[in-house]
Amino acid sequence: MLRRIAALIVKELLAVLKDGKSRFVLIAPPLIQLIVFGYAATFDLNHVPFAAYNEDPSAASRELVARFAGSPAFTEVASIHSDGEIAPLIDRRKVLMVLHIDRRFTRDLMRGSPGRVQFILDGRNSNTALIAMGYANAILNTYGDWWSARRGLKPARAVLDIRARFNENLDSQWFIVPGIVALLAEIVTLLMTALSVAREREAGTFDQLLVTPMRPVEILIGKSAPGLLVGVIEATAIVVAGVVWFHVPMRGGLFALYAGLLLFVLSVIGAGLMISSLAATQQQALLGAFMFIAPSTILSGFATPIANMPRLIQYVTYLNPLRYILIVARGVFLEGATAGSLIPQYWPMALIGIVTLAVAGAMFRRRLY
Amino acid sequence: MNARRWMRLRGLLRKESLQILRDPSSIAIAFVMPVVLLLLIGYGLSLDAKNVPLALVIENPNAESASFAAGFFQSPYFIPVRFGAVQDAEAAMRAREVDGIIWLRSNFTRQMLGAGAAPIGVIVNGVDANNARIVEGYLQQVWAGWLASYAAAHGIAFAEPLNVEFRVWFNPAVESADFLAPGLIALIMTLTGALLTAMVVAREWERGTMEALLVTPAAISEIIVSKLLPYFGLGMGGMALSVAVTTGLFHVPLRGSIWLLMAASAVFMLSALGMGLVISTFSKNQFAAGQIAITVAYMPAFMLSGFVFDIASMPAPIRVITYVVGARYFVAILQSLFLAGNVWPVVLPNMAALALMAAIFIAVARRLARKSLE
Repeated sequence: MLRRIAALIVKELLAVLKDGKSRFVLIAPPLIQLIVFGYAATFDLNHVPFAAYNEDPSAASRELVARFAGSPAFTEVASIHSDGEIAPLIDRRKVLMVLHIDRRFTRDLMRGSPGRVQFILDGRNSNTALIAMGYANAILNTYGDWWSARRGLKPARAVLDIRARFNENLDSQWFIVPGIVALLAEIVTLLMTALSVAREREAGTFDQLLVTPMRPVEILIGKSAPGLLVGVIEATAIVVAGVVWFHVPMRGGLFALYAGLLLFVLSVIGAGLMISSLAATQQQALLGAFMFIAPSTILSGFATPIANMPRLIQYVTYLNPLRYILIVARGVFLEGATAGSLIPQYWPMALIGIVTLAVAGAMFRRRLY
Repeated sequence: MNARRWMRLRGLLRKESLQILRDPSSIAIAFVMPVVLLLLIGYGLSLDAKNVPLALVIENPNAESASFAAGFFQSPYFIPVRFGAVQDAEAAMRAREVDGIIWLRSNFTRQMLGAGAAPIGVIVNGVDANNARIVEGYLQQVWAGWLASYAAAHGIAFAEPLNVEFRVWFNPAVESADFLAPGLIALIMTLTGALLTAMVVAREWERGTMEALLVTPAAISEIIVSKLLPYFGLGMGGMALSVAVTTGLFHVPLRGSIWLLMAASAVFMLSALGMGLVISTFSKNQFAAGQIAITVAYMPAFMLSGFVFDIASMPAPIRVITYVVGARYFVAILQSLFLAGNVWPVVLPNMAALALMAAIFIAVARRLARKSLE
């Protein structure tokens, strides 16, 4: 039985690896994607173009403009002098933000009443606008403190002393890169397994496989092993690149990470084989794989928190293996989580894997009788 | 001659159309997937944090600390939970039960009533850096509100040094669906155009029927047109459906002209189809074609198009790469047409870039198909 399974595994690996182009697409794109997306997928703002509209040419207002221009988040690309110049700059996307300082800014400040500052933001990308507002507020706060200190005003009764835990500098890359480990492992594994049975069915060789002495369980193992191998190896490559290239800290143990990765890849293989056993052609299998990948990446917490989703959709995410592995990967990388504390994430992935693999096996058998 | 040419083309078009109609998965990619994706992203992607679980540790409860804590119980953004000791709160953060901790030490009131500037300890879980920053912003709002009301209640003169007003043009309520839905149309059309065409044509190469087609009297340009047209129709149909869902269900305004939207979509569709043809002719096998289409078409359209992530904030080498991503130009057009109107200085250059890309892809596909015959 072992020899039969081994032979099937060798055959499955050869089916993918003997073709140079297939081999290439298994190795190159994930690594290219890691590098590109590791840098691109960030909510940190850098060099956001803004224009200063300063109607109060005084030291106090120039100091405020200088604080924005000097911040790495913003770059001053224009300086305007009338209301009419605002709309063309924003409409043409030359600037994302206009900083408008009121004519009486300094006079108000000196009198002890609040100086007026207005921001106009391009809401076509409202997400970036929201983040830019946060950055602007931070700069305004330090400016306000500076002004109060300079004027010898009494400090506020109480001040916030904010510290971030686990990701001390709030670096988006530290959040995204562990997520990419899981995301790319899912895509590669799912595509490999989803197309494997469909390819044979299209070629007519799956019926031949079913009439061999191999039992469905053996076929299932033979079809699963290559996906497991490739998925775990690719994840490993990305883990290494994340630590060596992106300098994301690895604070937890590898055992905790790999226990999660193995269970995750198994659950994805189950989903892939289920899709594959239902599809008649490779095109249908690819569509099925896509219908799985798209919701699973969106509803996983990869880019936006699950806690922000409507309650009903939050329940749906419990069916998504990516949800659990993201907590495991980020936990191990950043929080130094131990295997014991991650058990609540492990068992749902194991359960998803067992159920999907069982269904796929049953589908194989049904095709026989 | 011309009549014969037309007849050949009609025959080829009939074959392609039948092929689409007989395989339900093509129709599904064009019409079911857009709606599913729009619903998922419209309801699933949100950066607006609400009901953030927060641990409150107050070591010496009294009137001052209670008035501060009250702000968190009234805020719609937080669900405060009281903890006796900061160690318990940290354990809860480790277990992901709370996202942040507010810690008033036992000498808080003494410092506050004395010299002022009493530190309020705040620890946030920084794993999700963006979310942590949004939570910090909400915390500052609660804090500033408490400072002002405390000063008013105790007759202390207190003035914020600055009076700040934010105005978000085109999307005053900062609805994320308003900006995500137009970008999503670019993503969906990339899928129909590049992925579907790549798979279909790769299948013909895999089975050898492509070579059979190439040795018929039909010219290569006729074969290419016959491959492009039916999928062009499919993609535009999917686009129209997406626009209907976006404006009808999500109430996203369409402030620009619908005809301009159709024209821009048609040009983008051609570039996506051309890309699909190139991928399939290059790979000639469905597995590789599917993988390549997802890698060079779908993922960049998602990550490098400005659809979610801001292009200006990317490092320079990555910004250079975005110039060869067709979706980048299309997303810029879509966001302007939907939310701002017919902004010609945005629409025209981006449309020209798309037209150039379409021409290059189709020319390359033609060349590759010819070469593989010889």
